[in-house]
Amino acid sequence: MGGMTHLLDPDALPDDARALMAPLPPYDDVARSDSAFRAFLHGLPGVDQVGAEARVGVLGTRSIKTTSKAWAIDTAISMVDLTTLEGADTPGKVRSLAAKARRPDPGDPGCPQVAAVCVYGDLAGVAREALGDSGIHVAAVATAFPSGRASRAVKIADVEDAVANGADEIDMVIDRGAFLAGRYLDVYEEIVAVKEACGSAHLKVILETGELVTLDNVRRASWIAMLAGGDFIKTSTGKVNPAATLPVSLVMLEAVRDFRAATGRQIGFKPAGGIRTTKDAIKHLVLINETVGADWLDPDWFRFGASSLLNDLLLQRQKLRTGHYSGPDYVTVD
Amino acid sequence: MTSSTRAPFEYAPAPESRSIVDIAPSYGLFIDGEFVDGTGDSFKSVNPASEEVLTEISSGSDADVDRAVAAARRAFTRVWGPMRPADRSKYLFRIARLLQERSREFAVLESLDNGKPIRESRDVDVPLAAAHFFYHAGWADKLDHAGLGPGPRPLGVAAQVIPWNFPLLMLAWKVAPALATGNTVVLKPAETTPLTALLFAEVCRQADLPPGVVNIVTGAGDTGRAVVEHDDVDKVAFTGSTEVGKQIARAVAGTRKKLTLELGGKAANIVFDDAPIDQAVEGIVQGIFFNQGHVCCAGSRLLVQESIHDEVIASLQRRIGTLRVGDPLDKNTDIGAINSAEQLARIRELSDYGEAEGATRWQPACDLPDRGFWFPPTVFTGVSPAHRIARDEVFGPVLSVLTFRTPDEAVAKANNTTYGLSAGIWSEKGSRILKIANQLRAGVVWANTFNKFDPTSPFGGYKQSGYGREGGRHGLAAYLKGNDA
Repeated sequence: MGGMTHLLDPDALPDDARALMAPLPPYDDVARSDSAFRAFLHGLPGVDQVGAEARVGVLGTRSIKTTSKAWAIDTAISMVDLTTLEGADTPGKVRSLAAKARRPDPGDPGCPQVAAVCVYGDLAGVAREALGDSGIHVAAVATAFPSGRASRAVKIADVEDAVANGADEIDMVIDRGAFLAGRYLDVYEEIVAVKEACGSAHLKVILETGELVTLDNVRRASWIAMLAGGDFIKTSTGKVNPAATLPVSLVMLEAVRDFRAATGRQIGFKPAGGIRTTKDAIKHLVLINETVGADWLDPDWFRFGASSLLNDLLLQRQKLRTGHYSGPDYVTVD
Repeated sequence: MTSSTRAPFEYAPAPESRSIVDIAPSYGLFIDGEFVDGTGDSFKSVNPASEEVLTEISSGSDADVDRAVAAARRAFTRVWGPMRPADRSKYLFRIARLLQERSREFAVLESLDNGKPIRESRDVDVPLAAAHFFYHAGWADKLDHAGLGPGPRPLGVAAQVIPWNFPLLMLAWKVAPALATGNTVVLKPAETTPLTALLFAEVCRQADLPPGVVNIVTGAGDTGRAVVEHDDVDKVAFTGSTEVGKQIARAVAGTRKKLTLELGGKAANIVFDDAPIDQAVEGIVQGIFFNQGHVCCAGSRLLVQESIHDEVIASLQRRIGTLRVGDPLDKNTDIGAINSAEQLARIRELSDYGEAEGATRWQPACDLPDRGFWFPPTVFTGVSPAHRIARDEVFGPVLSVLTFRTPDEAVAKANNTTYGLSAGIWSEKGSRILKIANQLRAGVVWANTFNKFDPTSPFGGYKQSGYGREGGRHGLAAYLKGNDA
């Protein structure tokens, strides 16, 4: 698909397609042209990095103890997208992960199950089958994850394949090359196209903030993803460092907060990569609580993209229940 | 996706333990290296968050002040003045390290006595106090290079009177430069917050500081007057209200005493339409609600460009709604107690004036404890420059919001005050920040931040905010005389 696409000429499209991709009022005309979109994105208030870091620094000192810690740990477990994204992934590995997702702590049936299992699209079917009627979602990464360097046709095929295999959540990557080159409308149109290919599957849009680098860019990319119809915005693939840092999460949460205030539509948020400990997870829950409020403290609106985090949450959970630390042999390898 | 019923994320109480501090039933004065009984009456020090009596404090009489000044004079003449500067430096480094080692103790005691949140005493007051001693310890043997000419000499005995809003930090701002430059001190802490100064006296002993170099005389206004007006004092340094500052200036006029005054403020925090709004809102909150607004450089006048007024106020109110007001010792508390019943009465009086004069008062829903002195975070919109809440220092968690249309109007309104201690500018445009900063008549101008302190940075005021500078190279000058003097 070359340069200008049909989106610049909305009249060329069938009515239902236009309804899908038109941003909500009051932003229904911001993507009408490259220059209008650029003016809108660059007109968003800037982000002062020092100030953002100071804010998360203060929130990082919140002391979450006893009953609130227990609540936070269980809530965090229920928000985990348990992830394996390796070249070496096999059906056996995915089935093992699915079993863990359903019953994270075999010693305690009261332990909540996770929100989703996140795999490459070709293994979505295995995950779907292994998760059965558990209610756990199957998320698949697509669109030439993690680099996103492929033609749009390939990306769309990747999405359709994952959906056909049983994924009900798609984690796409934005075209960072296009973003950094200033072709914001290309980024937008691709998300719109992917959203369309998702059908009823929910779309999480990965910004790969480690490659966008500045918080101003993070804010702009968040708005592109929300305007284009993403259901979630997500920080990172987990393949680039730094991944989900607290200042990045703060800026993305401010974006979903402001977007809902303006349009009435709530967008979810998923930090992914680099969140390994219960402490990190609780810092994120505090950040949500004091930035966007309790409306986002729910697996429908907030997820942790993580693999090793779950075991640390389980160890801390056992510690709270028994009063002593166990050890790595008391949680399962997966 | 349907949203389930969401339980709010409640933070369980996370109180810092009081057991680390050991408050005696009563305290005397610290004179000539010893704790001695005062000869004046004693008074009670209360915890403003609960009105619980913490201890009894001696009130220094004229005779006590005499003894303290005499001890300071002796120490200056015989020990501290003649001492090798590098040796003075060692004592200051030792004090700085002890402040760090005993930081939890100082933080808990400060929060108990003052009412400020433990997060602030732990993360701001105590580390900054230690930093002031470290910084000045480094200067002690390098004063030849302070730009004051060769071999600058100490003044002698410094009388220092400090306020209740940052008891330990203000002590550090006063004592560290005085000692580093070879002076000895008689310090009078505020009546309502003497406890960390008395713990500091213990640190002086622990550091083997020679007797008489630091003397601490507690008491109220009369004691302060005796310290300031004592004949054998060479230098007076005061931080506090403009009213008392004027009295001191009158008392010192015509004497040989050198004087620095750090007084009130009514700082403008100017938010331009190109500001980073989320961080500006944080800065507004930090500017006025830090330390319950008991900050002389607080950003108590928000000057917001009219075109973004509604957006900023909506964000600000949402943000203020998340502030946690309550037990100062809880690690999650953002706003603690008002320091005294007297101060609370003043805040109430000025706030009532604000309403009576036609401004609109807004306060978030918040449960305040039954006992103790409390005032919720408060925003007044529709404030005109003629209103008292736009002119008088409230010294509490009360923000007055004014608007402007152009940069020139912002500068004119910001400077339209009898004070001139600090100001803030919020803009993403660097050239604008530099231009406006040069036009503001305030001792400290912050850009895209507020209430940031550092020992290397001089602090002080224009107009009725006082004179002289504390901190940095400039602060040393207040305690030294050049060879030409």
